[in-house]
Amino acid sequence: MSGGRDRGPDRGRRRGHSLHAFRAILAKDLRVELRTLQSVPAMALFGVTTFVLFRYGLDRTKLSGGLAAGVLLATVLFAAILAINRLFVAERDEGGFDAIRLAPVDGTALGGAKAAALIVYLVVLEAITLPVFALFFLDSWAGLAPVAGVLALADVGLAATGVLVSAIAANSRARDLLVPLVLLPLLIPVMIAAANAAEPLLAAQGPAYGGIGKWVGVLALYDMTFIAVGFAVYDFLLED
Amino acid sequence: MKVPSLRALSIATILCLGAGFTLVFFYAPLDADQGFVQKIFYLHVPLAICSLAGFMIAGVHAIRHLRSGDPVHDARSYVSIHLSVIFGVGVLLTGSIWAHASWGRWWVWDEPTLVSFLIVFLLYATYYPLRYAIEDRDRQARYASVFAITAGAFVPLNFLAVRMAQSLVHPRVFATTSGGLPGSMLFTFLVCLAGMALLWTCLVCFELAAKSASAKLSRLRRALEGETYAAPNRSRIAPSVPSRAASPLT
Amino acid sequence: MPELASVQRKIEPTTSTAPLAVSVRGLWREFGEVPALRDVALTLHGGETLSVLGPNGAGKTTLLRVLASLLRPTAGEVSVLGCPLPRESWRARGRIGYLGHEPLLYRDLSGAENLRFAAQLHGLQGDATGRIAELLDLVRMSRRADELVRNLSAGMVQRLAVCRALLHQPELLLLDEPRSHLDPEAAALVEPLIGPSPERARVLVTHEIDAGLADADRVLALRAGGAVAYEGLASGLSAGDARAIYGGAP
Repeated sequence: MSGGRDRGPDRGRRRGHSLHAFRAILAKDLRVELRTLQSVPAMALFGVTTFVLFRYGLDRTKLSGGLAAGVLLATVLFAAILAINRLFVAERDEGGFDAIRLAPVDGTALGGAKAAALIVYLVVLEAITLPVFALFFLDSWAGLAPVAGVLALADVGLAATGVLVSAIAANSRARDLLVPLVLLPLLIPVMIAAANAAEPLLAAQGPAYGGIGKWVGVLALYDMTFIAVGFAVYDFLLED
Repeated sequence: MKVPSLRALSIATILCLGAGFTLVFFYAPLDADQGFVQKIFYLHVPLAICSLAGFMIAGVHAIRHLRSGDPVHDARSYVSIHLSVIFGVGVLLTGSIWAHASWGRWWVWDEPTLVSFLIVFLLYATYYPLRYAIEDRDRQARYASVFAITAGAFVPLNFLAVRMAQSLVHPRVFATTSGGLPGSMLFTFLVCLAGMALLWTCLVCFELAAKSASAKLSRLRRALEGETYAAPNRSRIAPSVPSRAASPLT
Repeated sequence: MPELASVQRKIEPTTSTAPLAVSVRGLWREFGEVPALRDVALTLHGGETLSVLGPNGAGKTTLLRVLASLLRPTAGEVSVLGCPLPRESWRARGRIGYLGHEPLLYRDLSGAENLRFAAQLHGLQGDATGRIAELLDLVRMSRRADELVRNLSAGMVQRLAVCRALLHQPELLLLDEPRSHLDPEAAALVEPLIGPSPERARVLVTHEIDAGLADADRVLALRAGGAVAYEGLASGLSAGDARAIYGGAP
């Protein structure tokens, strides 16, 4: 195994081509998901069931503030793991890794497309679970829109780290075990920042916006850090 | 990592650590509030700093491994993480003892440094199952490096998030920056830190030397006994050093 | 007259003026500590066919995957279509057609969708639709092109896989037992597509010794364990000698 990555003069052309590949892989993944419905419905079902579980686990019928934020965020993170587990299954079992490596495609295109697909799944998941959550536990729907914004930021970070871990796990023997094991500690800062940002938005006396700025900043920093790490290392995950 | 010799390094480590602990017990003053138990500070904090620095060093080796493809860097990254995790166990134990002595509880959630360290420790503990789950040696090394880089980027972010999440700042007995320490304590602390850093480096070099020796041995055995020889008790996750030289072209 | 031409081609392939399609020297590939290919060397010019013979476990598929840039060589020089691997593998990618044991098709997409996806990956834009229709027609899969791959028989899937491998008009075809899963009729159908052609070089892995020798300009015979038993002109190896390699005799 000699040499890192090539830096030939055609690298620019390859970048342009990578955009085509990115779009092709993303469209393929969304088409397969629409056809087979193997990730998103399971995630939504899992989310709603988890809410019911929390209702009895906490023995509360109304939630607000920090508790509401914690229940919502924990549910979304755990549901995301279901999709992250499955992200590369088709590539591994049906030869997608080989097919993509046989084409002049940058590994980053595959990683980016998978992250984008994961973000789409998470947004759909939240579009389903957020109203259910409000219906089950909240008195007021006023904080939901800004909470959705916080979740969107969290989704980007989830996708950035999730794709890295999923790609590692897909080529290992212990796929289902490795994803939660490695991913959960990596997601603790997302949990901290998103839960703290959502806490005042879900306060019992109506949403407050004081002090959420710094948490949004932490989320943005997390997102950017792991997007950068992903760009730097993704090529190495696609090699043999 | 070119160190003159293991023997010189070992002697320097023993001298420095010995001097450090002598200073701890016979020179550094007793803490006004905490008394004798505060002396665990000279063990706990250097352990934590060395452990975290070791994780960072592992990340740097991992970057070099991915850039060069040389398995030696993977071995260094592996050994760095390995020793830092062992040091990390020490950090959590001494931290817990200290927390019990000063606050009466074995674990406190409002000490952000300790909590951050626990999270970092939990993450790096998954390094072993991750390596174990990947069979192909090259791929195992590459993925382990990707992990080491990702986790290295994670460490400062995690400290930032946990620190910010502290609603009330716990009354801190010592300042994290050593600026608040009296001169004699600071001097003792710095000697202990240097000793601990030497210990970490020394252990890393010993483990790398041991790996290199066992790789050579197994190569020689293979040359003697031919194809039939299989190395006994060979760890599936520890990289052999230098596995490159084991390739038949040399 | 045609007979004479074919004899001519077999006698003087090394003086072929076509550029080198594949050049391999001192190739080793190890999995863990176990070599799958040992010191393999071969050359292949454009327009020629190389048959790779050998028993199970001789490393035939490994060799093909190395040439396809899907596996990195552990040691040795590999150059495919003028690009040294793995350093410039991306320049060779997209010019190689690979037909392995796996069809490399998504089971939840239809044949046509799979081929369109492959065309996009290879950056074929304008004429892709026409090319896909033409290929589907040649393998008589036009009627069933819109069925999901999971509902097709193994033979039909293999015919689609042939289309996928040929879609981007590769300069080098790597074929791993291409007739597996195909009944004689279907095999005859794809033969003109993947058969010898002056426009491309072919590496053909096969268990059918007689057919493999008849098709080939050059032959590479591998022993179990990945060592080279014979490399050279197809006319230099008799079918009997080739069978002996399978028997394990030197």
